[in-house]
Amino acid sequence: MSIWDYANPKRFMQTSGVLLPWVAGLAAVALGTGLIWGFFFTPDAERFGSTVKIIYLHVPAATMATSAWMMMLVASLIWLIRRHHVSVLTAKAAAPVGLTFTVIGLVTGAIWGQPMWGTWWEWDPRLTVFLILTLFYLGYIALWRAIDDPDTAADLTSVLCIVGSVFAFLSRYAVLFWNQGLHQGASLSLDKKENVSDVYWQPLVICMAGFGLLFLALVLARTRTEIRGRRLSALIARERSA
Amino acid sequence: MIPDLGKYAAAVIGSYAASILLIAALILWSVWQSGRVKRALREAEARMEKAE
Repeated sequence: MSIWDYANPKRFMQTSGVLLPWVAGLAAVALGTGLIWGFFFTPDAERFGSTVKIIYLHVPAATMATSAWMMMLVASLIWLIRRHHVSVLTAKAAAPVGLTFTVIGLVTGAIWGQPMWGTWWEWDPRLTVFLILTLFYLGYIALWRAIDDPDTAADLTSVLCIVGSVFAFLSRYAVLFWNQGLHQGASLSLDKKENVSDVYWQPLVICMAGFGLLFLALVLARTRTEIRGRRLSALIARERSA
Repeated sequence: MIPDLGKYAAAVIGSYAASILLIAALILWSVWQSGRVKRALREAEARMEKAE
């Protein structure tokens, strides 16, 4: 069996129907464990005091915000190259989830920045690129709503997704090479020396998994709704033409 | 039960409250949308069956 079998909406509905309760359950367990561990059972940091507890929300949300756009990019490219409807509906379903994670990243970053940097917002290159990504999310969602023909909407939003991916990649990797501005370096890295200390790292990794699973659960659920919505539109069109 | 968050309590609790609210709103909206489309699809399918 190949991955392209899931381009069949019926097969996608069957498989996602089985997977969804498990993914949603695992997301709830991972998020609950990570956030409770991080909030209640980790010590304050020497430099940041108790605001260090905000990383359990900010880092996973910001990481998932850029990952969501990258997933949308892959799904959009599959649509443009192979014209699989399920792939572009998956991208459409992922956009509000990615937008929510982006807003969480911005809000928690601003709330953290106020006591730490003395400002809610700074036109730091990394923050600015992330804000532009938020605007791309809004534009992507608005474009889907603005165009009646679904295939035309899929084509145009896919092109927008390709353009916006520049900012998703910049946002994701900017913390590694863009050393101007206020934003500090990466909190998680494959190089152990650059990581936050173990006492924060362990719950952070669980929260990352929780946000990842929550994203997957929501995208599966919302794609199922989009597929049903397409079938509903087709039935209504048939009723009208009869 | 809440740990002593010191002078940053408002920032930390505000971050958690805002994030949990946003995630809860997204989940509720997705569930509501799913229920609405499911119901409309069931009704449309029933109408089509009747017509055939």
